[in-house]
Amino acid sequence: MDYSQFLFMKQEIALLVVFLLVFFYDTFASKKALNALSGITCVLFGIYTVASFLPCVTGANATAFSGMYETSPIIAMIKNVLNVGVLIVLIQSVNWANNESTSVRRGEFYELLLVTLFGMYLMISARHFLLFIIGLESASLPLAAMVAFDKKRYESHEASIKYILTAVFSSAILMMGLSFVYGLSGSLYFSQVGGAIAAASSPMLICALAFVIAGVGFKLSLVPFHLWTADVYQGAPTPVTSYLSVISKGSAAFAFLVIMVQCFSAVYAQAWEWMLYALIILTITVGNLFAIRQRNMKRFLAFSSVSQAGYIMLGIIAMNAMGLAAMVYYILVYVFSNLAAFGVIQAIENNTGKVDMDDYRGLSKTNPKLSFAMMLAMFSLAGIPPFAGFFSKFFIFTSAINQGSIAIYVLVLIALINTIISLYYYLLVVKAMYISDEKPAIETFKSSFTDRLGLIVTVAGIILLGVVSVVYNHILTLAEHSSLF
Amino acid sequence: MELNALYYLIPSLIMFACGVYGFITRRNMIAMLISLELMLNSVDMNFVVFNRFLFPNQMEGMFFTLFAIAIAAAETALAIAIVVNVYRANNDIDVRDICKMKF
Repeated sequence: MDYSQFLFMKQEIALLVVFLLVFFYDTFASKKALNALSGITCVLFGIYTVASFLPCVTGANATAFSGMYETSPIIAMIKNVLNVGVLIVLIQSVNWANNESTSVRRGEFYELLLVTLFGMYLMISARHFLLFIIGLESASLPLAAMVAFDKKRYESHEASIKYILTAVFSSAILMMGLSFVYGLSGSLYFSQVGGAIAAASSPMLICALAFVIAGVGFKLSLVPFHLWTADVYQGAPTPVTSYLSVISKGSAAFAFLVIMVQCFSAVYAQAWEWMLYALIILTITVGNLFAIRQRNMKRFLAFSSVSQAGYIMLGIIAMNAMGLAAMVYYILVYVFSNLAAFGVIQAIENNTGKVDMDDYRGLSKTNPKLSFAMMLAMFSLAGIPPFAGFFSKFFIFTSAINQGSIAIYVLVLIALINTIISLYYYLLVVKAMYISDEKPAIETFKSSFTDRLGLIVTVAGIILLGVVSVVYNHILTLAEHSSLF
Repeated sequence: MELNALYYLIPSLIMFACGVYGFITRRNMIAMLISLELMLNSVDMNFVVFNRFLFPNQMEGMFFTLFAIAIAAAETALAIAIVVNVYRANNDIDVRDICKMKF
């Protein structure tokens, strides 16, 4: 075996180096020096994030392990998007990781987080179902341990048992689907599967596709596989929730797109267009309708993220290079908007322990900066023009319409109507913060340096990403030059 | 009597269905984990049978099975650890009692 092919996995190796440094520091540093662990992790990961934008990392086109692993500029870009999100999550989690009850175990939090990110890299780069499954499992199993991180809080345990049972159930279903795919095509390589099942639409293929879509749909929390989402998001510690809602979902979406395009593109119209079509309508609508009645902010954002997953799926049903670009851009924008919202929730939770929407009444009078950041996040999630969320929705709708059939026009119309419904509940939060006469429930407090830093980065992203068109154009060029389509 | 692939695939499918049924109806978390294990094992069986009968001159399905067994073991170990945690917090492993968060 040629060991030099490991060198193609630049980002994976760099991430492993970061992981090992954090791990050894956590193991061997003295008790006093451990207080610096959060800062060191943020700095190390920050250096890695910046370095992974260098052309020598992003420019490479390579396959390794006889085609099981592939990297290309667009894949490196996808990983960079995830890196940016993880960096913000790390910065926002410093305060939580250093509090009294978690500080003994904070090293484990960082290690588990980096390992799950490694699994997501494998998921995205995998061109063979074995590597994909290994990546998927190493991305989702440590997450269950992270969800159970608050040992003293009962909700954390409840959330984690719900998460692990549904995760194992869904991966069993996914693997059943893969066994059918293997039986049909005789190979587990994406390219060979794609060649073998070309235009052969048998009942077994439909079954296999349904199983695969259901299995990945659990990870993406598409309706009707979303039932774990709200409970897990509410029970998990807030940094883990933000990680779950943005990074985990984003990576699963990319992997889903690669599988659908590379393995099943030949049976797009016969077999899975209508499946995904129904799932998207259900996901967006049900997610929106349930979000309206939530009072807990974390549950509220859980259902909002369910409906956002529906919008992300529009990039897959589009089946063109623009769909891929729009999806990457959508997730980039979603990273910034959702993390801004979670940053505010975390700052308030760390300082006052309140997570209910009713507590946010009159927040603008006591904490004007926090409520401003929250307002921008809500505007961006809802898609109000000058902010980035508008452009990401615009591009993803355009890419779906470019697919060209009448059915997709109807789908985009339904998605548009749902955008208006979502406006209602996003603005409920803004209304509570700005237009409420009641006495504010949350007193003025000064948030810590890291909380502020995280919020400044995310708010800057929300404002700039939409206006600076270079970002989207760059992603679009990369997507058009990729060999996926 | 000659044994063809169907003699293996149908039991494996029944096993999978039993696992799904058990997962939905059982109220004890350990029993639910056993049901999940049934589902995962039926997947392994499927892979081996497809490999042995349809594509006998390659080993991909067998290798997938080996890794799937390892993954299933990891999943169960983690799930058991979490069940123990829940038991400590709740003194019970009945899923009907794990319902503080709803809708």
